[in-house]
Amino acid sequence: MNSAEPLPLVVIEPTRRAAALRLGELWAYRELLYVLVWRDVKVRYKQTALGAAWAILQPLMTAAVFTIFFGRLAGIASDGLPYPLFSYTGLLVWTFFSQGLSQSSNSVVGSAQLITKVYFPRLVIPIAAVLSGLVDLAVALPVLAAMMWYYGIWPGVAVLAMPFLALLALVAATGVGLWLSALNVEYRDVRYVVPFLVQLWLFVTPVIYPANILAPRLQRLGLPAWLWGVNPMAGVVEGFRWAVLDAPTSPGPLIAASTVTGLALLLSGAWYFRRVERSFADVV
Amino acid sequence: MTELAIRVQGLSKLYRIGERQRYKSLREIIMRTLAAPFRAGERHPPETIWALDDVSFEVMRGEVLGVIGRNGAGKSTLLKILSRITEPTRGRVEVYGRVGSLLEVGTGFHPELTGRENIYLNGAILGMKRAEIERKFDEIVAFAEVERFLDTPVKHFSTGMYLRLAFAVAAHLEPEILLVDEVLAVGDASFQKKCLGKMEQVGQEGRTVVFVSHSMSAVTRLCGRGLLLDAGRVMLDGLADQVAATYMRSDLGTTAARRWDDASKAPGDESVRLRAVRIRTREGTVTDVVDIDDPVAVEMEYDVLRPGEVLVPNLHFFNEEGTCVFVLHDSDPVWRRRGRPVGRYISKAWIPGNLLAEGTLVVGAAVSKHNPLVIHFFERDAVAFQVVDNSATVSARGDYAGFMPGLVRPLVPWETDFAPIGDPRGVAPEERGR
Repeated sequence: MNSAEPLPLVVIEPTRRAAALRLGELWAYRELLYVLVWRDVKVRYKQTALGAAWAILQPLMTAAVFTIFFGRLAGIASDGLPYPLFSYTGLLVWTFFSQGLSQSSNSVVGSAQLITKVYFPRLVIPIAAVLSGLVDLAVALPVLAAMMWYYGIWPGVAVLAMPFLALLALVAATGVGLWLSALNVEYRDVRYVVPFLVQLWLFVTPVIYPANILAPRLQRLGLPAWLWGVNPMAGVVEGFRWAVLDAPTSPGPLIAASTVTGLALLLSGAWYFRRVERSFADVV
Repeated sequence: MTELAIRVQGLSKLYRIGERQRYKSLREIIMRTLAAPFRAGERHPPETIWALDDVSFEVMRGEVLGVIGRNGAGKSTLLKILSRITEPTRGRVEVYGRVGSLLEVGTGFHPELTGRENIYLNGAILGMKRAEIERKFDEIVAFAEVERFLDTPVKHFSTGMYLRLAFAVAAHLEPEILLVDEVLAVGDASFQKKCLGKMEQVGQEGRTVVFVSHSMSAVTRLCGRGLLLDAGRVMLDGLADQVAATYMRSDLGTTAARRWDDASKAPGDESVRLRAVRIRTREGTVTDVVDIDDPVAVEMEYDVLRPGEVLVPNLHFFNEEGTCVFVLHDSDPVWRRRGRPVGRYISKAWIPGNLLAEGTLVVGAAVSKHNPLVIHFFERDAVAFQVVDNSATVSARGDYAGFMPGLVRPLVPWETDFAPIGDPRGVAPEERGR
């Protein structure tokens, strides 16, 4: 060993102030992040009989049920698009969000074994849980393409916004996931709250119905239509349909509002997570 | 080379008792908040314990430090702080260089993944770069001797294979500072030997190692320096041999033999005095580690000072949790109900193999007189020894490697009746006659 080379110094002390986000450290552990995502994906597909097919079946079956009940029976409007396509597109990005949120909120408690035995930035755990959902999203996308081909609907230039909207869904899911996973360590109630939260959230997000149903009501109250964008998924889902299906909507302000709340969720979540993570190993 | 590797200054860690594994529910919090106004003044501050209390020491580069002390002395807490798993309450640690911590083998192993996949997963978790793992892959596989099963999910591995693979990955970690906790306490004898050999090699390569162990033989063999902790404080810091020897002689914990040279300070009264208590193997050597299938003797040496007393030596066996496993009263017919002449006695009780469960056993030694009951002395934590159960021995564990509960672990005969399906003999015997 060459004693001339300077060795990195790490100082271990009790944290006095709210910890910094230490993103540099997170970057240094990017390989671990990658490996954990890879593990989650691999294990998920290995353990189930249908494997990757679940990533397609879940939104597809839900879209079928929605089409029958909301599209046909309730006759809900769908921006002039075929209802199956309308709901599948929304469900695709919604499923990515809701899965990411559920997986990450349980991730820290589920990794107790790791947390009590090895050091690494704990942020890696909930982030990996959300990222592994990207693979499911990628698997389900070709089905969307096939449906679009079947209905003869082609995307316009707006399709370029799609990666940004997927990223926004990722940001929102991570933000909520950070809050819930950290809270879950202290309060195990969180695991009961999550399914309930996801269910309610679906109804306040324009997945089943288009955003323009709500806009006139907001305006009648003297509120701007973009206010709905405080629900980050409102901008994501509405924007996703506009980008992919070339829906005749202009969700710009909605997306802008959602971007702000999405980022606020992510930053506050990361801040809270960092603040409480030091006691994880003692409590979990 | 006298460069500093680790500097620990005034390190303290406060735990609330029962804080580990304690999480709150919202209901609890809400109820407490609502009830708070009604019970002002009767707040009970949570009971706390200093797991580490103002610990300071330095480790030089290339030094191999053995940390010893009985259970609860703060060894594991120290290691957890050094590996940054938990934060100290007070104090400061400076660590120079990359740290690899080995608090258990196989951290993060996933049963569904194959041997190959788990090498990459475990390596990444332990802080190895992908390129580093790839470079050492063949070496790891060779060390673990699992070439043929690389693409089998590890849930199908035997315990031995699993442990070998897990240790192999960890052993190929090359940080400047290695923190090791009790990893050698698993696996069979040949595996332990292999681990010790690898550890020795790591020490000789000039890397800094902090090694926590119950095994005094491992500490004296591997470490140059020893640090003795008791109740969160540093009791002794010095040469490993000397620290280990002091620990064995002191009443701090796992000691296989104790003697009282000064009769006036020995436990007892004017009738009987305890002089020594020892754990012996079948071969007669004093030992603190016993294989589960070997018989072990607990002997007590005592002086009878007043003639004609009918005395009953007795031994009390407690496990790590302090549960009394059993009590033995001397049933030797030669001395039963017979007055003893003055002199020195050695009473020995033989515990058969395959009776005690694995783990630490603390033995209390006493001499009493019955009818009326007089306890001449009762030395509660006289000696202690460890029972080890590994796959090389025949025991009730069989091939199962996980946690086995129970106060005792007897090996009993098993019988199996078998008949192929459809065979009339395939009925239980008591049903046959009906």
